Amino acid sequence: MSPTIVLTVAIGGLVATGVYLLTSRHLTRVVLGVLVAGNGVNLLIIAAAGRAGRAPVLDPDGEITLETAAESSDPLPQALVLTAIVITFAVTAFLLAMAYRTSRIEGTRGDDVVRDTSPQGRSRGEAAPPGESTDAADSSDGPASSRQQRGAPRGAGGPVLGSGNRPASSGSPEEAS
Amino acid sequence: MRVLLPLAVLLPVLGAALTLALGSHPVAQRWVSVAALSGVTATAAALLFGAATDGPQSVVLGAWPAGVGISLVADRLSALMLLTSSVVTLSVMLFSVGQGSTGDTERTPVSIYHPTFLTLSAGVSIAFLAGDLFNLYVGFEVLLVSSYVLLTLGGTAARVRAGMTYVVVSIVSSLLFLTGLGLVYAATGTVSMADLPGRLSGLPLAVAVGLQLVLLLAFGLKAAAFPLSGWLPDSYPTAAAPVAAVFAGLLTKVGVYAIFRTQTVLFGEVSSPAVTTGLVVVAIMTMLVGILGAIAQNDLKRLMSFTLVSHIGYMLFGVALGTVEALGAAVFYAVHHILVQTALFLVVGLVERAAGTTSLRRLGGLGGAAPGIALLFLLPALNLAGIPPFSGFIGKIALLRAGAAEGGFSAWALVVAGVVTSLLTLYAISRAWAATFWSGRATRLDPEVSPETAAARAHRVPPAMVAAAAGVVVVVSALTFVAGPLLDLANGAAEDTLDVRGYSQVVGGLDTPPADGSGGTDSGEKAP
Repeated sequence: MSPTIVLTVAIGGLVATGVYLLTSRHLTRVVLGVLVAGNGVNLLIIAAAGRAGRAPVLDPDGEITLETAAESSDPLPQALVLTAIVITFAVTAFLLAMAYRTSRIEGTRGDDVVRDTSPQGRSRGEAAPPGESTDAADSSDGPASSRQQRGAPRGAGGPVLGSGNRPASSGSPEEAS
Repeated sequence: MRVLLPLAVLLPVLGAALTLALGSHPVAQRWVSVAALSGVTATAAALLFGAATDGPQSVVLGAWPAGVGISLVADRLSALMLLTSSVVTLSVMLFSVGQGSTGDTERTPVSIYHPTFLTLSAGVSIAFLAGDLFNLYVGFEVLLVSSYVLLTLGGTAARVRAGMTYVVVSIVSSLLFLTGLGLVYAATGTVSMADLPGRLSGLPLAVAVGLQLVLLLAFGLKAAAFPLSGWLPDSYPTAAAPVAAVFAGLLTKVGVYAIFRTQTVLFGEVSSPAVTTGLVVVAIMTMLVGILGAIAQNDLKRLMSFTLVSHIGYMLFGVALGTVEALGAAVFYAVHHILVQTALFLVVGLVERAAGTTSLRRLGGLGGAAPGIALLFLLPALNLAGIPPFSGFIGKIALLRAGAAEGGFSAWALVVAGVVTSLLTLYAISRAWAATFWSGRATRLDPEVSPETAAARAHRVPPAMVAAAAGVVVVVSALTFVAGPLLDLANGAAEDTLDVRGYSQVVGGLDTPPADGSGGTDSGEKAP
């Protein structure tokens, strides 16, 4: 038996869309990307079960032989995918809660996964009022023209991986709200 | 003995339920948590004893016939990892009990901490005992979802930001794992680790290698192997000290354990030189890039995170070589590494508590103010760097000997990288120790953060925290005295994992089909 081309195309499309969304810096898109890609992968497991339209469990009175087994759909992937769907659901719920918390903490500008600020940028970001503090985060998403100009002075420093001119601030949680 | 297997999962789950119900009774919560984790530790010790004397133990839950139900397996590798992890979870639980809460008393809902921690412990147990790939996935998800909650405890801005990186990366790795799972099932028609080896070796080489790479990618992301390690040093340092300690000790090592299984049980019979060479390169790069990152750090927690990444490379070293000696040394190293990293992160938690900061630019002179903490830091730090007679030295020597015995260019490249990494670790560690404890200047604090002096703060570290950290330090130092038997046990564990046929029989694989490709093809045909 051969899986239908429709399922294959759907899986590919869902995963591709999900991965594209995951590369975005906007949290909402990341959540959507997780959902879409997760469903694509779940569909892959269903596709592994074989041809559609057959009963997973046969008539209890009937004897199970190789022939009847070939007639039925494989029940195991359906059990697996049920678990996977529940997990996807739970993880999505948690992600949404985190996105909500981020937006509460950082205001309307807090829709980014990671603020890619330089050490200097971050130190100023903490001190500045919320409306002005997140310029550096914008520079990588959306149209480059106007935002780039605003974010340029601070966004050029790169991620805070290395040793900055300022001691790393990870020891004390910064409460911005 | 077999009845003990589910207990390692059941105890923490029941404990989690109980502590959730006891949310308003913190003291009762602590007792339940400590009791549950002590139970897991005792169970794991019994399982290890059973696996070492009677061979691998296996049980199929719900009295289903083998191959249908969920099977739990404890061979020597599983049991050894389970025992080590339960010792770590118990110690960290005692540490956080000693701390009084999870770090920041005001913001953290303490009632959540204990149930989540126990669920994490249950997830680790499932992952180590899983007898099929899907159960391994479920175990991963249980421990990951718990770790999401633990990492973002309190929901402060820094933790939510770091947690978002961690959560998204973990979800991507889980999706990859699930994809690999679906593909493995489509190709072989089973997810049982008992049936998979025979069927995978019957597949065309290209298909098998493709499946292997998808799984290795997913596990490598969890294990923080270069170049998939960038997320770790950004997320762990923001967590509360006990949380960071248990993450550093356990989570990456569950990924390493999955890589062990993938490379030995699942794909042990599928030999592809390209994959092996790739693993060698990944191991070398993980060691070197990780430790170079550690040298560049100016924060104690970040420095420790980078050494953690770096030393994952040693375990990959053993896996890449793939001989019994190399795998045994890697298992020994994993045990050592789980304990030593937990000890170091706990002590860094003490330093933070005593000095109010972990920045190497501000810390200083803590050796005079808190000589006990200085000693507690020095012992596991030297251990990590591989100074004799500590277990880090023994593990590294065992790996290097395995590499030298193997010979060949890639093995010697691994040996050289291992030695260089060890030396650079010593440099990074001694630099951190000198800056924190030895330098003459006193710790400088932000005046608005704390008006107290470091010396005054150092006297306020709760003795229970110090005792718990000291306990782990003692355990990891004591590894030296049991190194001989432990190394034998680790070699036995490596033999267990390489003995694929024996594993299949124990897990109850009734059918190990002939390796002629009858296990199914890409078209989705499955053995009934």
